Amino acid sequence: MSEAVLQDLEIRAGATIADGPDWLEPVRRAAADRFAAVGFPASRDEEWRFTPIAPIAQTTWRPSPGVAARVSADRLAPFIFGHPEWSTLVFVNGAYSKTLSRVMELPRGVRVGSLAEALRSDGSVLQAHLTRHAPNDGSPFTALNTAGFRDGGLVHVPAGLDLDRPVHFVHVTTPGAEGTAIHPRNLIVVERGARASVIESYVTLAPDVIYWTNPVTEVAVAAGSWLEHTRIQRESERAYHVGLTHVDQQRDSHYRSFTMAMGGALARHNLHVRLNDENIETLMYGLYLTRGEQVVDNHTAILHEQPNCRSWEVYKGVLDGRSRAVFNGKVFVRPEAQKTDAKQTNRNLLLSDLAKVNTKPQLEIFADDVKCTHGATVGRLDDVALFYARSRGVPQEAAERLLTYAFAAEVIEEVALEPVRNELDRLVLERLEGQRGGGAAGKG
Amino acid sequence: MTDNVSEEEDVLEIKDLRASAGDKEILKGINLTVNSGEVHAVMGPNGSGKSTLAQVLAGHPAYKVTAGSVLYEGQDLLDMEPEERAQAGLFMAFQYPVEIPGVSNAYFLRAAYNEIRKAKGLEEIDSMDFIGLLEEKLKVVEWGPEIMSRAVNSGFSGGEKKRNEILQLAVLEPKLAILDETDSGLDIDALRIVAAGVNTLRSPDRSFVVVTHYQRMLNYIVPDFVHVMSNGRIAMSGGKELALELEEKGYEWVEAASGAPAGAGA
Repeated sequence: MSEAVLQDLEIRAGATIADGPDWLEPVRRAAADRFAAVGFPASRDEEWRFTPIAPIAQTTWRPSPGVAARVSADRLAPFIFGHPEWSTLVFVNGAYSKTLSRVMELPRGVRVGSLAEALRSDGSVLQAHLTRHAPNDGSPFTALNTAGFRDGGLVHVPAGLDLDRPVHFVHVTTPGAEGTAIHPRNLIVVERGARASVIESYVTLAPDVIYWTNPVTEVAVAAGSWLEHTRIQRESERAYHVGLTHVDQQRDSHYRSFTMAMGGALARHNLHVRLNDENIETLMYGLYLTRGEQVVDNHTAILHEQPNCRSWEVYKGVLDGRSRAVFNGKVFVRPEAQKTDAKQTNRNLLLSDLAKVNTKPQLEIFADDVKCTHGATVGRLDDVALFYARSRGVPQEAAERLLTYAFAAEVIEEVALEPVRNELDRLVLERLEGQRGGGAAGKG
Repeated sequence: MTDNVSEEEDVLEIKDLRASAGDKEILKGINLTVNSGEVHAVMGPNGSGKSTLAQVLAGHPAYKVTAGSVLYEGQDLLDMEPEERAQAGLFMAFQYPVEIPGVSNAYFLRAAYNEIRKAKGLEEIDSMDFIGLLEEKLKVVEWGPEIMSRAVNSGFSGGEKKRNEILQLAVLEPKLAILDETDSGLDIDALRIVAAGVNTLRSPDRSFVVVTHYQRMLNYIVPDFVHVMSNGRIAMSGGKELALELEEKGYEWVEAASGAPAGAGA
């Protein structure tokens, strides 16, 4: 059956595996073999217990078309934050669109562009990093991506350079994506002492269409470097999204992640960060907004391998309708990793009686001189706070919206880039207004 | 009932008000009339019901009114939602102001200000104009503009929270302001600032009900009338000198003089 999936997706028969440099081919072949051997995860698999992937496994998906569908720049405009001075790479239904993309003048040596194009020309950086971070013996979804990916965003910032403007990967789907599986593959490499800010968006122009996005993003944060990585998932609410972000951090580096999830019938994101050396800082912020029958699942894993590192994680969720959220936060602390300072928080706000949360912190600590804390809450809007807002003249519904917005905004504040922060603010307010109707406590 | 502008009326007229929290009756028949521009101090020992009175007037959902009536500018106050009371010009400064992380003081206050304007049929004002308006109001509590970008009461000291309540009062310009133990937990400097703020806001069109345990604040905010509560009732009323007498003789004196038993839990 798993072999059939590979056939349907034209991974075995098609040109995908053979496409690209020689060193990549055996890696992709091995990944295909691995997927063929293990197939989709079973529901008894602990890692996938709360993630109903049956609709993905039971659908016969077609491969995404190899060429980008035509999309007018106007229709794309709402998704790119109105910042023409940012480099933007646009992928339509998985294929790179040169006409919609815009790569601005960059510091000498910096590389920003399509991964597939880079694979045709370049060697060493890709060979050192692509498929070297996200383990192919990990999730079968990762193996399938490795075997089947066609394109995605590439950012490479050489040592000591500062990418002063953000780079935005926009993965957009159109009605043409109906019934297809898309395997975007992104690679972000920030070399020694370099700085960058990358945004990765999954958006749609086909809000009623069923498709499946299976992205993998590999991130290498070298010694002394700094990266802010914002991931915004706004797929069709009928689509499936199963993604992995794998980050390897070296000595003295700083990685800051913000993950927003509001789309998908089923949306899962795994964020794995490995702290390979000393004095590393990792910040992971997340926000998920769910409604209707959506299932949104965040699995995070932080691996502290060496001493004196700090990881700080805050994920917050706002759930409405009959939706469900899953949060699983693993923190592993190796015996060598003394003086680890790890804090994890997951807070959920239920707007409906029918919404549900499965939250599970999972701390496995093998060092004895560490500071590791975790906390999870599931609750409703605070009555006293509601009364406070109402006693100032704000009507009940607007007060509920205001406090819900406040709950979400507290984590959005952590996004360093102001235009992105404003856009996320706007998305939250828009969603809350759509949900509750009536006048809003306007933002200004 | 909608005609509330044509003639001079009492701002607040409380008659035989009874209220309970759960099964426990806390207010056992309150009578109080407040006229325009007057400052009334409501004092009393812990558990006498003075904070409950403040909260019932603001419409706190934890309390149930079981009997009596409250007219606010001739309207049935008890029939109004908390937001309607605020829109009609009633304001309560909370004893424990609520922290709202994630929303700036400016955003929250402008939302409230605009809701009140909307209710009056006035146009909402934009953030630039609001900043201009704030500049004046911030002086009332001796604050600079930086406080406005901090999240509402979040991480504020006790004194800052109380000052923020007075700032809200200054911006929302109520006709009736109820201060619920605004002096509690204040050091002398904060008390001075808060009291000076209140004094600035005193006017013939604005009445105050100052709920307090201690006479201390009344040295700064000099009341026209002082009422002493005991066991859910107003046991004694008088002028500002009553507060001083009370300071000297203690609440037991009121209970003895009025024949009422000691306040529950006092």
